[in-house]
Amino acid sequence: MIAIIDYGVGNLFSLSSSLKAVGADCAVTSSPEVIRQAEKLILPGVGAFGDAAEKLKKNGLDRLIKQEAENGKPLLGICLGMQLLFQKSYEFGEYEGLGLIEGEVVPMQGRLPGRLPIPHIGWNALELVGNPSLFRHIQNGDHVYFVHSFFADHCEKNLIAATEYGVRMTAAAARGSIVGCQFHPEKSGKTGLAILRAFCETEETA
Amino acid sequence: MITKRIIPCLDVRDGRVVKGVNFEGLRDVSSPVELGEFYSRCGADELVFYDITASSDGRRIFTDILKEVASRIFIPLTVGGGIRSIEDFDRVLKCGADKVSVNSGAIQNPDLISQAAEKYGSQCVVISADIKRVNGEYRVFARGGRDDTGKEAIGWIRQCVENGAGEVVVNSIDTDGVKQGFDLSMLRAVCDAVNVPVIASGGAGSAQDFVTLFEAVPEVSAGLAASIFHFGEVSIADLKQLLSQNNINVRYTK
Repeated sequence: MIAIIDYGVGNLFSLSSSLKAVGADCAVTSSPEVIRQAEKLILPGVGAFGDAAEKLKKNGLDRLIKQEAENGKPLLGICLGMQLLFQKSYEFGEYEGLGLIEGEVVPMQGRLPGRLPIPHIGWNALELVGNPSLFRHIQNGDHVYFVHSFFADHCEKNLIAATEYGVRMTAAAARGSIVGCQFHPEKSGKTGLAILRAFCETEETA
Repeated sequence: MITKRIIPCLDVRDGRVVKGVNFEGLRDVSSPVELGEFYSRCGADELVFYDITASSDGRRIFTDILKEVASRIFIPLTVGGGIRSIEDFDRVLKCGADKVSVNSGAIQNPDLISQAAEKYGSQCVVISADIKRVNGEYRVFARGGRDDTGKEAIGWIRQCVENGAGEVVVNSIDTDGVKQGFDLSMLRAVCDAVNVPVIASGGAGSAQDFVTLFEAVPEVSAGLAASIFHFGEVSIADLKQLLSQNNINVRYTK
């Protein structure tokens, strides 16, 4: 069973529907018990980093997620959930993240050339880096759906996909079985479902 | 590089897509779920569902349909129509909407955008403005384009973006339904005023109109249309092919 961690940030309806569509057994939960029993974890989220980090901390989920992930339980962070995997964020202040992947989250404002609209909203191409197992069912250059105004930086070592929006920016990063996608696989059509399927498959079928 | 988005808009009343729809290969052309799936298969980058129901019964049917769509179609869904309060945001987001489009609701309640952006994030809040030229000025209209609010449109849109709207739909009443192309000068004025994605709406009569749009106002992020897609005059696949031939970056679906 895959636990979609519900900590009061964002809309989990599409995510659980898309997991069901790839045949995964999943549960939306905030229960530490269920999270401990789950085979894999998904950390979703939209909204502001500080508020989300606070909510994770409040019910002790931050320590639990860290512990489970460090013990080797596969963890997928999506969008804000991906940004939370890093060490810190400069979104409206300075906040500490889970520190599971080296790097920090910085604003697009002031870092993009010209007058590109912010947020970065829409379908953009993935440049796959290395041969990441999460992307084994998709092709280099496939499009996925992004919605964000901040991005993970200084994480070259763990970069598994980049995208180009004025600058080359992190689209996905991974360390061991911990992986984060800046884009929304649950909103990225067939490509997104193929990514979720790769995450949900068991080691033997992978 | 980011692609230009093509967005069909479906008006829904009492659970059915209204405005004539003319497609082969669809069992029920008035079913929002089937039509949504059809567009998603054909390469639509996003779908807008507009609730034009007046009754609370109709509203309940609409949210049921939204749920059904969101459980079967995995591209972004924007919902508009009758959004007047945070409770309305909550209602449609819980059913699987990704973005909520506000129009008259933001005119009646100027705090709605800032409240929603604070609660759900700017990425979720779309300001949709119906604009018409009156005495040489761009004016915001309310109630589906019936009432002149007297507000100057560009300044009002800028205010909405400052309050937290993450995207702007510009619907030109002057070009809507005329099918002679998008309102390029109006879109130019909005793109010069704000730095969030701008979606063009109103006036598309042919695939070439989309090419002209993205060439003339390259800052525009997306083109939205209803009737030319519904009547099958322009297919999304053909449109994307034409855009691509004109070196406009689009997403292909396999």
